[in-house]
Amino acid sequence: MSDIRRHTIAVLVDNEPGVLARVIGLFSGRGYNIESLTVAEVDPEVHLSRITVVTSGTPMIIEQIKAQLDRLVPVHAVRDLTLEGKSVERELALIKVAGTGDKRIESLRLADIFRARVIDSTIESFVFEMTGSTEKLDAFIGLMRPLGLVDVSRTGVVAISRGAQAL
Amino acid sequence: MTDQQPNGAEIVIKALVDQGVDVIFGYPGGAVLPVYDALFKQNRVRHILVRHEQAAVHAAEGYARSTGKVGVVLVTSGPGATNAVTGLTDALMDSIPIICFTGQVPTHLIGNDAFQEADTTGITRPCTKHNYLVKDVNQLARTIHEAFHVARSGRPGPVVIDLPKDVQFAPGTYVAREDVVHRTYRPQTEPDPKAVAAAVDMLEQAKRPVFYVGGGVINSGPEASKALTELVRTTGYPCTMTLMGLGAYPASDPQSLGMLGMHGSYEANLVMHGCDLMVAVGSRFDDRVTGNLTKFSPGSRKIHIDIDPSSINKNVRVDLPIIGDAGATIAAILAEWKRRKAKPDRVALKAWWKQIEEWRARDCFRYEATDRVIKPQYALERLYAATRGRETFITTEVGQHQMWAAQFLKFEQPNRWMTSGGLGTMGYGLPAAMGVQIAHPDALVIDVAGEASILMNIQEMSTLAQYRLPVKIFILNNQWMGMVRQWQELLHGARYSESYSDSLPDFVKLAEAFGAVGLRATKVDELDAVIKEMIETPRPVIVDCCVDQKENCFPMIPSGAAHNEMLLGPGDRRESSVSDEGMVLV
Repeated sequence: MSDIRRHTIAVLVDNEPGVLARVIGLFSGRGYNIESLTVAEVDPEVHLSRITVVTSGTPMIIEQIKAQLDRLVPVHAVRDLTLEGKSVERELALIKVAGTGDKRIESLRLADIFRARVIDSTIESFVFEMTGSTEKLDAFIGLMRPLGLVDVSRTGVVAISRGAQAL
Repeated sequence: MTDQQPNGAEIVIKALVDQGVDVIFGYPGGAVLPVYDALFKQNRVRHILVRHEQAAVHAAEGYARSTGKVGVVLVTSGPGATNAVTGLTDALMDSIPIICFTGQVPTHLIGNDAFQEADTTGITRPCTKHNYLVKDVNQLARTIHEAFHVARSGRPGPVVIDLPKDVQFAPGTYVAREDVVHRTYRPQTEPDPKAVAAAVDMLEQAKRPVFYVGGGVINSGPEASKALTELVRTTGYPCTMTLMGLGAYPASDPQSLGMLGMHGSYEANLVMHGCDLMVAVGSRFDDRVTGNLTKFSPGSRKIHIDIDPSSINKNVRVDLPIIGDAGATIAAILAEWKRRKAKPDRVALKAWWKQIEEWRARDCFRYEATDRVIKPQYALERLYAATRGRETFITTEVGQHQMWAAQFLKFEQPNRWMTSGGLGTMGYGLPAAMGVQIAHPDALVIDVAGEASILMNIQEMSTLAQYRLPVKIFILNNQWMGMVRQWQELLHGARYSESYSDSLPDFVKLAEAFGAVGLRATKVDELDAVIKEMIETPRPVIVDCCVDQKENCFPMIPSGAAHNEMLLGPGDRRESSVSDEGMVLV
């Protein structure tokens, strides 16, 4: 199918036990794709959590995913940030690169160009912290691979709509 | 004041009474003993002791489907909960409102692999509409009221409430039903007036229309069936029903085309294929209904009325979705039709009905009549003739007998037909019939069964005996898992792998062993007398009706085929009728 597209969907849920399992179980049980998923409580007073899920599918599948999410009992709101106006997306990665000599210097130089920060360092390793789009992170990680990349930890995408409107 | 607070178990009973529950189906065990103790000390909620937890859920389903109320189940932890899973899945697939209380090990033992511990909320998450684990007794009453709201509103479904034993013992505060409002769950029931107007536009313009109605109309309540009947008659358009929708529109009405789908009527399926406007009401374009999706009703515009937005555009893209309760939406369409004094296109409609009558004249349920052996279709025709005019409720198991029952028994009203449609659960019929009989003690309740299916929950004969439930079990005994054998005949070169019902019990003696009455019919001329005796016996009865072993269920849309590619009978069998893609379908 050629009309498969990547969508970023924001889901506001009650922060109660099992809610994440419901969302994940829905995706696995119905054969939908998860590219990334992030979750954290965003309103501790009313125990609301926000899930950002990046998925892909045909328009019919995406419509199904949103309808299926929306009928979960603890779900308050489902928004397709890809379809509903403009939004910004960011991802954070911690990237560990080990090496000495030229490779070590080159990794530091590239980190500077990509505006990655060094947050841990030993004589033979760096941990870089980097925030940006998924593509930017992918590019940096790709460059680090020949320079001694040993470990990556990524948050997955978080996203929010532009402008004054709330979800 | 604390010592005057009810404990968790008492809160459960109080909440049930508050919710208008007068009967529950269950089976005790260690982790629910406090609730059973609370049951013992009161007489407002009656408990029906089943013989297996699966049957408790099916009985509650039968109760719910024949009354429109929520069915309630009470089982213990571990195996009690896992045994209930089939019933819960069945209720989810067929959108039946069920509350299932499961006992759980005390909160401090959860996760310790304690005796009879199972991760009940984990296991039942995908097979319930929603589930709860209640860890705080002060949340218990609120949770129960919320659970009833979730189970019965929107698209109904099963809800599990997992109750740790310490919570059942702990004293807590009771909250009344009226004081609980759900934070988020408020499904849309009233249709968008603009969509209703658009639907009436399309209905007015239609030349070859059809109403395609499903279980959503039944779930919406008897008023929905009345409104539907009025709308269908006012427009003069044909109406076909899904397996779940039988009874939504009177079967004897000339505008009824009967059931559609894999074993539905020829005329219903050809109408679906050839229509220019399809109005789906509370039906979900299930694969048993649509056949091959790429060839499904190619020339029609489609209106889909459903209370569940996720049903819209799931299998078939529709032109006009209307989110709302089936009854409310039909009533709104009817009101708009009347307000406009709308008229159908008489000329086109006349031509459409002429075409439909030609299809109907094929008499697709015809079978070879004989006095040599009881044909299963003949047995059901005689059963129907004998039960007509009585207050009759039919349940079924799953297989050929189920399809024949759907074809040959006619339902004039909703809530009279209980069958496992979505999940296709063999063993459903007997416990469901128990639940129906509990709700309607004086009615005639018949489980049309096969000899294989009935053995899957045969232990419930004991429940029938205990509560003196005069359920009639009408077994069409062909000594085969008939539908399996039929598929093996059509698709697997007649290699009948493991589908023969070997070593069957003597069903007459089996009935007697359970304190019921056993009857047998082996010859055509015995049949009527046996059916008469079955109906007139005021006790549970098993009829062992020995039918033609080779009969197959027709008409049939082979897997992967379209509505206009139906096989009408054994003579119509085409070797190439099933494609490679069709072979992998179920």
